[in-house]
Amino acid sequence: MTTMSKLVALAIAAGVITTLPFAASAQTAAAAKRADPALVETYLKATFGKAPPEWQARIEPDETLRACNLHRNDVPSAEADKIIKRELAKVVFPADGKLIGDWKEGKKIANNGRGGQFSDDEKTVSGGNCYACHQMEKAELSYGTLGPSLTAYGKERKFDPAEVRNAFTKIYNSQAVLACSNMPRFGANKFLSEQQIMDLVAFLFDPESPVNK
Amino acid sequence: MKRASIGAITVAILLCSLAFPVNAQDASEKEIERYRAMISDPFSNPGFLAVDRGEALWKLKRGAKNVSLEGCDLGLGVGKLDGAFAKMPRFFADANRVMDLEQRLLWCMQNIQDLDTKDVVARRFSGPGRLSDMEDLVAYIANKSSGMKIDVPLAHPKEQEMAAVGEALFYRRGGVMDFSCATCHADEGKRIRLQGLPDLSKPGKQPQETMATWPTYRVSQGALRTMQHRLWDCFRQQRWPVPEYGSDSITALTVFLQKQAMGGTIAVPSIKR
Ligand code: HEC
Ligand code: HEC
Repeated sequence: MTTMSKLVALAIAAGVITTLPFAASAQTAAAAKRADPALVETYLKATFGKAPPEWQARIEPDETLRACNLHRNDVPSAEADKIIKRELAKVVFPADGKLIGDWKEGKKIANNGRGGQFSDDEKTVSGGNCYACHQMEKAELSYGTLGPSLTAYGKERKFDPAEVRNAFTKIYNSQAVLACSNMPRFGANKFLSEQQIMDLVAFLFDPESPVNK
Repeated sequence: MKRASIGAITVAILLCSLAFPVNAQDASEKEIERYRAMISDPFSNPGFLAVDRGEALWKLKRGAKNVSLEGCDLGLGVGKLDGAFAKMPRFFADANRVMDLEQRLLWCMQNIQDLDTKDVVARRFSGPGRLSDMEDLVAYIANKSSGMKIDVPLAHPKEQEMAAVGEALFYRRGGVMDFSCATCHADEGKRIRLQGLPDLSKPGKQPQETMATWPTYRVSQGALRTMQHRLWDCFRQQRWPVPEYGSDSITALTVFLQKQAMGGTIAVPSIKR
């Protein structure tokens, strides 16, 4: 009951905010284009406003996501440069310079798609969910295609230390390499730990890893 | 009824025992297609049990006013069900807002029947041993639009607002994985693990086939599910907070998706994985 009346109140409030722009933009099909960002926030509040504050903070876009949202990921090159610079500054490399961990752990992390969902509990260990989007070791046939295949990743790059560093950077913060990449910013968003990222780098670069077999 | 339940059980068993090896992805897709065609007949799709229960609920007198929902106007006139679902969500002048079917049903329960909807909302999604009035009512009402084309009205400014906001929400990234709907549903022929993902970003065949097949009986969940449940589950995968049931962002997304799906021929309840 209270929910409904609150929603009605919100809907009415939303209506007040938009009556003007819509009246002004006439009824042409082309005119009913982009929604007013303030109005979108009103809708979000109606739907997620009861979530715990830390959950609401998660869907508050940072400067980078604001730009990606505005351009639907297709940012102009000047904006892209700014994003890459900003995101690169967020990458923290291991203090001792060692970037490669344990590929066996990395394999588990790549296969684990848990963590970060409202159905998870506090004890859930976050996984990288890499197989949701990437082919990795050839024996694993249950892989998604939202990202490129990473089979033989290290081998194809001749296990070059510079490529190792690039991969660490990519996993830590995908947007430090490609602005508005669809890949999560695992380290920057504090979703995976430094050790987990090193283990994933090992999964890609250890010559013994099944990815390189 | 009798025949339906027997058929339902057989089909559920058939589908569950369809153990498909991952390397035969295409072959199993085809198998599923074959079963789907076979079981879209009312006597073997368990979703039709929900349709029957929904009909009884629609006609059940309850609430402080002890009246049935037959006094509810779903947009085409009081008690008119044929084709109503095909034109939802839509603007309702009496409530002064755009509503999807579930929001409208809640509104009618409150305003026509004077029913305390707390329990109905608590049972919005069915679980083992717990039926959902909403799932059953949606199955019944949506089925009355089967064979018709998706045709949401987008004339009222509030309907246009919903479509525009829905589109913005579709592309809005956030959560610990920076996901938006578009991350998973804006390219053709993509999949997550082995699950195929419809491209909902462009109007046409994919959104049509998707939206025209909800509500659906989900074999993996053993339940009839509505679009409210589908989007709740997608927000979960998106690593966003729990969306409030029957709230405006869900309706806005539904309006946007229905707009992409205009002209799709409704066939519900369907049956899916
Ligand atoms: C939601 C999808 C998604 C997930 C999950 C994902 N990625 Fe990616 N990844 C992409 C996309 C898309 C690209 C290509 C565009 C780009 O470079 O940003 C990519 C690119 C990469 C690249 C660079 C490939 C190259 O061209 O050299 C690496 C390395 C990589 N991902 C590793 C990982 C690892 C490891 C994980 C898991 C911890 C992961 N990805 C999870 C989508 C994803
Ligand atoms: C991280 C991935 C992911 C995100 C983000 C996501 N979805 Fe989905 N979506 C899926 C998967 C997986 C399926 C189910 C495919 C299956 O079960 O076969 C699905 C199914 C759907 C379907 C039903 C498809 C059908 O064929 O019946 C709709 C509609 C949909 N999503 C809309 C959305 C909307 C709207 C959003 C944003 C609020 C969204 N999705 C966000 C992964 C996602």
